[in-house]
Amino acid sequence: MSKTITIDGKAIPFEEGQTIMEAATAAGVYIPHLCHHPDFTPHGSCKLCTVKVNGRNCSACTFPAVEGQDVLNNSKDLHDDRQKITQMLFVEGNHLCPSCEKSGNCQLQAVAYHLNMLDNHFPHFFANRVVDASHPEVMIDHNRCIFCTLCVRASQQKDGKDVFAISGRGINQRLIVNAESGLLKDTDLEDTDQAVHICPTGAILIKRTGYQVPIGERIYDHKQIDQVSLAASGSRPIATLPPSLAVETEHPQHGEE
Amino acid sequence: MRQFIQFLAEKNHHQATHLLQILRAIQSRYHYVPKDAIEQLAGLLHIPRTRIISVVEFYSFLHLTPRGYYELLISDSITDHMLGKINLTGYLAKQLNVAVGGVREDGMVSLDNTSCTGLCDQGPAGLVNGHPLPRLDRTRIDVITELINQQKPLAEWPAELFKVEDNIHKPGLLLKQQIDHGAALRTAFKRGMQETLAEIDKSGLRGRGGAGFKTAMKWRFGLEEQQNERYVICNADEGEPGTFKDRVLLNSFAHQVFEGMTLCAAIIGAQKGFVYLRGEYLYLYDKLQSILNERRKAGLLGINILQQGLDFDIEICLGAGAYICGEESALIESLEGKAGIPRNRPPYPVTQGYLGKPTVVNNVETFYAASAIAVNGGEWFANVGTEKSKGTKILSISGDCTRTGIYEFPFGTTIQTILEDCGASDVLGVQIGGPSGTFISNQEFDRRLAFEDLSTCGSFIVFNNHRNILDIVNNFTRFFAHESCGFCTPCRVGTSLLKKQLAKIVEGHGSAGDVVVLEELCQLIKNYSHCGLGQTAANPVLTTLGRYPEVYQSKLKEISYEPGFDLDGALETARRLAKRNDAGAHLAQTEENHE
Repeated sequence: MSKTITIDGKAIPFEEGQTIMEAATAAGVYIPHLCHHPDFTPHGSCKLCTVKVNGRNCSACTFPAVEGQDVLNNSKDLHDDRQKITQMLFVEGNHLCPSCEKSGNCQLQAVAYHLNMLDNHFPHFFANRVVDASHPEVMIDHNRCIFCTLCVRASQQKDGKDVFAISGRGINQRLIVNAESGLLKDTDLEDTDQAVHICPTGAILIKRTGYQVPIGERIYDHKQIDQVSLAASGSRPIATLPPSLAVETEHPQHGEE
Repeated sequence: MRQFIQFLAEKNHHQATHLLQILRAIQSRYHYVPKDAIEQLAGLLHIPRTRIISVVEFYSFLHLTPRGYYELLISDSITDHMLGKINLTGYLAKQLNVAVGGVREDGMVSLDNTSCTGLCDQGPAGLVNGHPLPRLDRTRIDVITELINQQKPLAEWPAELFKVEDNIHKPGLLLKQQIDHGAALRTAFKRGMQETLAEIDKSGLRGRGGAGFKTAMKWRFGLEEQQNERYVICNADEGEPGTFKDRVLLNSFAHQVFEGMTLCAAIIGAQKGFVYLRGEYLYLYDKLQSILNERRKAGLLGINILQQGLDFDIEICLGAGAYICGEESALIESLEGKAGIPRNRPPYPVTQGYLGKPTVVNNVETFYAASAIAVNGGEWFANVGTEKSKGTKILSISGDCTRTGIYEFPFGTTIQTILEDCGASDVLGVQIGGPSGTFISNQEFDRRLAFEDLSTCGSFIVFNNHRNILDIVNNFTRFFAHESCGFCTPCRVGTSLLKKQLAKIVEGHGSAGDVVVLEELCQLIKNYSHCGLGQTAANPVLTTLGRYPEVYQSKLKEISYEPGFDLDGALETARRLAKRNDAGAHLAQTEENHE
């Protein structure tokens, strides 16, 4: 008999060694997340995937599934707090969706829509951050970095390089690159690296590709992030048309489940 | 410089785990970590330069840009503020002609604030190149200014300037009765290790860092892990503002602390131990090293301890100004030469700690008590205290009382008794357990010192009726924002938002909804943060908001809303560009101000 945990009253099977996130995803249950990616070591920093495990808050992406756990994922309190955590990410950096090349393909934006985030709630930090456009193919807009470390992990774990790192402490954290000059052009980064394609926001972009797919025809213009995320993890196959062809779907029902 | 870096790398066997220690040495010599040093070190240790930069930028005592030849830091603890720290710092800055946060033009001196230096009973205090400067006053500052302007090496400064007192006012069960060197180990070898662990279990000893995990249980977990390599770590990163009892234990009773560590090693089967000593206690380093040497010579440390076949040695590693490293998994990261970011748990350090091996991390006081228990037996300890909190607790008492210093009380003692003993009168309230603990009002002095009532890491700060609660809360809240490691969103962003939101209210810009927003923010940080720092960072606000709502309400304006940012200030750049400063180039914050 396989082992099970309960998520929102539903029995979910899991295998020994799986995290709550892995068990949930395999069973087609979406738990909001930004720093998590199934291909990389979980990080547990964004805290969007916080679920209640037997009444206690835990990060689903790092917390191991254990027989009999009673997990709460879909509650008003969790939803409201996840929304506030997302708002924190928005005010910390400078996320101006309407003028961002990533709009529509951005996971931060999509999660915000999914959580029905309609304003930023908190006062803005208006952080003074720079753009590194030194590399011929890739650019970093530090205004949009949320310190998820996906690029750090992808560079180490997939690309076999060490291009990125997080430096600094607390609110003064920053993404740094591995070059004596501190500039992206002097690293061994190539535009084919996984690290370049993993960014859940518009912080790392490939130059001259920003508008190849018009706004309105992008991934999250037509699908909620829960569907896309589950499909990408191969748990509950839904139509996987390239985003530019997937125009027959209904208008996105932002904020509705 | 190249030779020096080469020497450091060789001395540390090219081990990246020693990165923090190497960087401390570089900072100490050059007063910053030069770029060339980073490049060379990356090559020698085979690590990316980004790893080195991230460590330098994480710790407050390391810098990428030059600090002064004399690096002056003034403690920012609330107790230092109560002793006139602001005034003194201003005076110091003026005398030395250096801005707070800056470096003097000739590069000779830099001045800045730093988190609590663990000298709250003899403040206002500071550090010069890591060495303590207690009891600062204008006379001492004049002397220091003169010494700096004469460019006198620290070794030639009068010893009196650096003299740190123990100030033990009330010894109890543990402090009254020191064990003989080696007594705990001899007794344990005679009694048997399992039986000794049973005595510690019987004693009911719980972790003295504040969390109160049962010591015997932690040691047993360490013992039961199927690994052949284990570690013992003494957490001497006493960073909670208002705590300084570990400083005294290490200054005067280090033998007994080391003996506790060795005892733990004998019980769990560890060969290697570390003392993680906070950077602020650098001045204890040489003394502790010589005590370790004494113990090696006496056969109490090293190979074949007491001819019983036990091999165990202790290494002292220094921190570099990061409160978060008091959290045990952050401490382990730091020991591994990384930024002190708390790990995800499980696994707990006792199963996967230092270098992934089972590791027992205990507080200085826990090891100190454990060795006494090994000698005197579990019952001796368990006879004192309450049912759930056995034994005594060593307190660091500071603030508004006549006798600040070290006190040892049995668990179960009322706050009233403690206040009487330390000579406190006209008391407004007490901060128990430091900023991460609880503020109790003068209506609650019948409460007791105990894990089941008021649990504490040892910090006990007394405030009299002339103190302003919001000043206290503001200081604590700023502390957490400064010390947040930045790993998780709720703490990284939340503590900074909390600092702003509280400042808005304290400075008189708050309006009706602002206290609600404040509380909501507190709950979010408390419930969603990754580790104990974030989970307790809102305690100063929460514990005072519940007790003194009127203090917060009285600060609010009678308008429905005022923006959290400065409208007029936001126009400053525009005014500069337009070269205008007339009335039309200014905006009032609220309509009310127009009238």
